[in-house]
Amino acid sequence: MTTANVVAASAVGAAIPKASFDWKPIVLLLAVMALAVPAIGSTSSWLTLTVAGLAMGLIVFVIASGLTLIFGLMDVLNFGHGVFIALGAFVATSVMGYGAGAGWGGFFSILAAMGVAMAVAGAVGWAFERIIVRPVYGLHLKQILITMGGMIVGEEIIKVIWGPLQIALPLPDELRGAWLFGDAAVEKYRVLAAAIGLVVLAVLVYTLNRTKIGLLIRAGVQDRSMVEALGYRIRRLFVGVFVAGSALAGLGGVLWGLYQQSVTPQIGAQVNVLIFIVIIIGGLGSTFGCLVGALLVGLMANYTGFLAPKVALFSNIALMVAILLWRPQGLYPVTNR
Amino acid sequence: MLNRLLSHDLPRSRWLAAALLVILVVLALAPFLFPGAKSMSVVAKILVFILLVASYDLLLGYTGIVSFAHTMFFGIGAYGIAIASEKLGAGWGAVGLGLLAAAVVSVLLSLLIGLFSLRVKAIFFAMITLAVATAFQTLASQLSDFTGGEDGLTFRNPEWLSPSFEPFETEVLGLLIDGKALTYWLLFVTVLALFLLLLRIVNSPFGRVLQAIRENDFRAEAIGYRTVIYRTLSNVVSALFATIAGALLALWLRYVGPDTTLSFEIMLDILLIVVIGGMGTLYGAVIGAVLFVVAQNYLQDLLAVGATAVQGVPVLQAVIAPDRWLLWLGVAFVLCVYFFPSGIVGRWRAAALRAGNPRRTPRR
Repeated sequence: MTTANVVAASAVGAAIPKASFDWKPIVLLLAVMALAVPAIGSTSSWLTLTVAGLAMGLIVFVIASGLTLIFGLMDVLNFGHGVFIALGAFVATSVMGYGAGAGWGGFFSILAAMGVAMAVAGAVGWAFERIIVRPVYGLHLKQILITMGGMIVGEEIIKVIWGPLQIALPLPDELRGAWLFGDAAVEKYRVLAAAIGLVVLAVLVYTLNRTKIGLLIRAGVQDRSMVEALGYRIRRLFVGVFVAGSALAGLGGVLWGLYQQSVTPQIGAQVNVLIFIVIIIGGLGSTFGCLVGALLVGLMANYTGFLAPKVALFSNIALMVAILLWRPQGLYPVTNR
Repeated sequence: MLNRLLSHDLPRSRWLAAALLVILVVLALAPFLFPGAKSMSVVAKILVFILLVASYDLLLGYTGIVSFAHTMFFGIGAYGIAIASEKLGAGWGAVGLGLLAAAVVSVLLSLLIGLFSLRVKAIFFAMITLAVATAFQTLASQLSDFTGGEDGLTFRNPEWLSPSFEPFETEVLGLLIDGKALTYWLLFVTVLALFLLLLRIVNSPFGRVLQAIRENDFRAEAIGYRTVIYRTLSNVVSALFATIAGALLALWLRYVGPDTTLSFEIMLDILLIVVIGGMGTLYGAVIGAVLFVVAQNYLQDLLAVGATAVQGVPVLQAVIAPDRWLLWLGVAFVLCVYFFPSGIVGRWRAAALRAGNPRRTPRR
């Protein structure tokens, strides 16, 4: 949607009519939020749940945005994306454990954990692209098999380093507890997580829409060979996107681990399923669709978790089925696929 | 005769033919050859996996679509037998009813998943099956009144198949034939028959269309085959065979639980066997299953030996621990996909082709 807009507007001016923005998914998102008010009954619980849902949605978006860009740009479906989530979360346990020993402030140690986790996940992502993904470009079947293999090896290596057991990842004291707005309790950490998610979103939107690299990435998603024909090395661009996507997954892992307050080596595989659902809902390759999908999933998980806890385990699947019945290609289909 | 039995899909390699013959004879006579409990359970597992992997190969190797929900159908079969036997009491009626119910559930579910996700893009299918399989696993462990939750269900087989059943007074060729041995032969005969049936299916005109879709789905559609229909049918057939494999496993173990039938590790085992044995040839399932199940059961012992040998060496000690066997399987899997994409059977056949006419380069 946006590429067409910008290119059309700047190059050809008014000759090509502007593609109209598709509001229906946004309306759906708002409708879900509005419908939840009478279903839940009390406004204060609704506010608590909505903030929790938006925070969760933004965390999921941070993780899933890399995956959907990787797919959109290079047609690579990385089943090993979950490894970077687990890696980020485990690095965070080490850094925050060290920070607590060294007497850092809680907020600073979280920031340090995020920085280190992003760096480590990015570096491992670079190696992953090099070793696992590069030899199988263009071969979907092998890609699925091999990235799945990479996922298993990565999970086992994490078990070798940090042990196979669950590790607690407690929040620092400053971030525990909740703010009260009238009757509604809004947990501090969720606000922080949502804020970080919004920052990432803003940076992504800025990079994709206002910089040359972003323009190339969006152009690559639309038509890879044309970008190559214009003389840009899309491979190099892709490596950059892969590393950035892995780093974002690492950041998301830290946020997710703090959200759950514990980390297990299986976290990667669990979140993997969630983000697959998100990018399918959003439309494979679409960044904006990924955001809407992530928010929908986060809100649905929290609402159904409150209304019917047993059903909540399947709310994602139900949501996916419903969306695919409505739009088989996802909310915002990328046109050339 | 043999040619017709194998649906004109002969091994086409002397090594492969010899290996298959040895495996057939050993599996047929297993209760006489390995009377021990552990070795019998290994051999029975090989039988179940041959059927399970062969049915998966119909999807992955012949149709070229990746499913992560194969263990779900496997589990449905196993739970069908277990739940029916537990609720209705042991008996052939319960087994039949359980199998029928499981088959109906599997067919409906696979039809639904197929029509849903194969409509758009094959890659959707991989992701959606992964999500559905995870949800199903959660469902099985949540409905504990029905499925026994994490503990699973223990049940009794029909009298003929229970271990205490002894039809003959005396030993036959040095073996006391009991219900366990009879169960084994039931498994053997069923797996053999279904394997030959699968061989028939992949070599039928239907199977040819599937292979055409694998090679070039656009072209297959252009020729006039509705690829969605064929892919969905392939999914349903494959699910049905997996269901039967699950039922056989349940009959053998007289127990089902999430770990033995639904876990993701089993899905991984299936993928690994298909890749090692050779995608796109059912004989690969046989060779792969035998190698893999034997290796799996003795690899952990081997790692334990290795672990004691390197005790005290900091990194090696952690890496060679018996708990880390999945690490080595994963590495083996990645290496297999890279270096032996056609698997053992593909290699043997290529070698036979080279030996047959040395001037021709082998087909890939």
